[in-house]
Amino acid sequence: MKAPSFAYAKPRSLEEAFDLLERPGAKILAGGQSLVPSLNMRLSSPELLVDITGISSLAGIQVGRTFRIGALVTHAQIERSAEIRKQVPLLAEAAAHIAHPAIRNRGTLGGSLALADPAAEYPACALALNATLVLLGRKGERRVPAGSFFKGLFETDLRTGELLAAVEFPRVERSAFLELARRQGDYAIIGLAGVADGSGRRIAFLGAGATPVLAKGASAASSLEQALKALGNDIDPPADLYHSSATKLHLAKVLLSRAWNTLSKPH
Amino acid sequence: MEHAVETTLTVNGIEVTRRIEPRRNLVDFLREELGLTGSHVGCEHGVCGACTVRVDGEIVRGCLMLAVQANGCKVETIEGLSDSGELARLQKAFHDRNALQCGFCTPAMLMAARDLQLKNPKASREEIRTHLSGNYCRCTGYQAIVDAIEDVLHG
Repeated sequence: MKAPSFAYAKPRSLEEAFDLLERPGAKILAGGQSLVPSLNMRLSSPELLVDITGISSLAGIQVGRTFRIGALVTHAQIERSAEIRKQVPLLAEAAAHIAHPAIRNRGTLGGSLALADPAAEYPACALALNATLVLLGRKGERRVPAGSFFKGLFETDLRTGELLAAVEFPRVERSAFLELARRQGDYAIIGLAGVADGSGRRIAFLGAGATPVLAKGASAASSLEQALKALGNDIDPPADLYHSSATKLHLAKVLLSRAWNTLSKPH
Repeated sequence: MEHAVETTLTVNGIEVTRRIEPRRNLVDFLREELGLTGSHVGCEHGVCGACTVRVDGEIVRGCLMLAVQANGCKVETIEGLSDSGELARLQKAFHDRNALQCGFCTPAMLMAARDLQLKNPKASREEIRTHLSGNYCRCTGYQAIVDAIEDVLHG
């Protein structure tokens, strides 16, 4: 199908973007890899698309005490960044699972997080890494931890007129990203994003609820056996067209077993 | 043309300026406004890969990019890459290996294969399959397509 009619504007500054976002029916366009299909299928009918890809302060990767990755950084850039691969390898591993090369060349980190599809890779990574999302609005900046950002199915803490500017990730070298999909690049049936450092393990699941879910019991367990038992209380994955809830829980346990050794090596 | 935006882009080396409705996606613009019908329109939601074109050196889904977003960009299509000879070896290998049946997916398969050849010229058979995973062939021709690309990369 073809997209409905809408207006288009490409602001060059945040100020200009905030003005445009106040207009009725305005919606942010970044890489467009989820928004444009929803337009083509007429699931979305904005009056104005505000293309933020011309705002240079939303791009780029800054390496400091944490990794600050601009919202406009694409999946392909994350996949190819030697710094990210070395210091936050979870993100680089996850990026390779997102759709296909042609889509990874345009889709953005910020777009994926702001959409908050519970089957997407980055929301689970952000939760496992306890990332900080930097939200900008006319009134200033809000810094929201990933654990409070994802509110529900496609629902986030972003307020009207705000945009996601960047995400700060801590360095965590020990991590595992695993997902099961019927074909390379499909949405995962279920997936696991886990990290481990001196303060312990944080294991999150994608495709396991209305938001990414932190498996608290499994993360704190001292043996795989305990973790597998705890996982049944941590997550209650919704059935999809092809897989029952029980199947998805079983597959989550398979992934947890595969990731366990990586996340449990002595420090 | 209620919301049309003046857009200037370079298509296969030629600068083009048009007033474009924002709802018009890049592949429809190329096909319908410029007559470049080598890039195909399949699913229109990013699944089939038939609309693959190159924008500023990177392959993208032509159906998931608005034509107005290509303002200032360098767009290359199968016509451009074919005429320049850039795809000659791949095209010959596809021919030799009978790597197409109906041909609908072929232009995009060539675009994706060329992208792999540039990025990972020593790609293994498995890596070829992974790189092409976003391009569907409904004549079930994957085996021959992978064979053809393997011939070029390893030959």
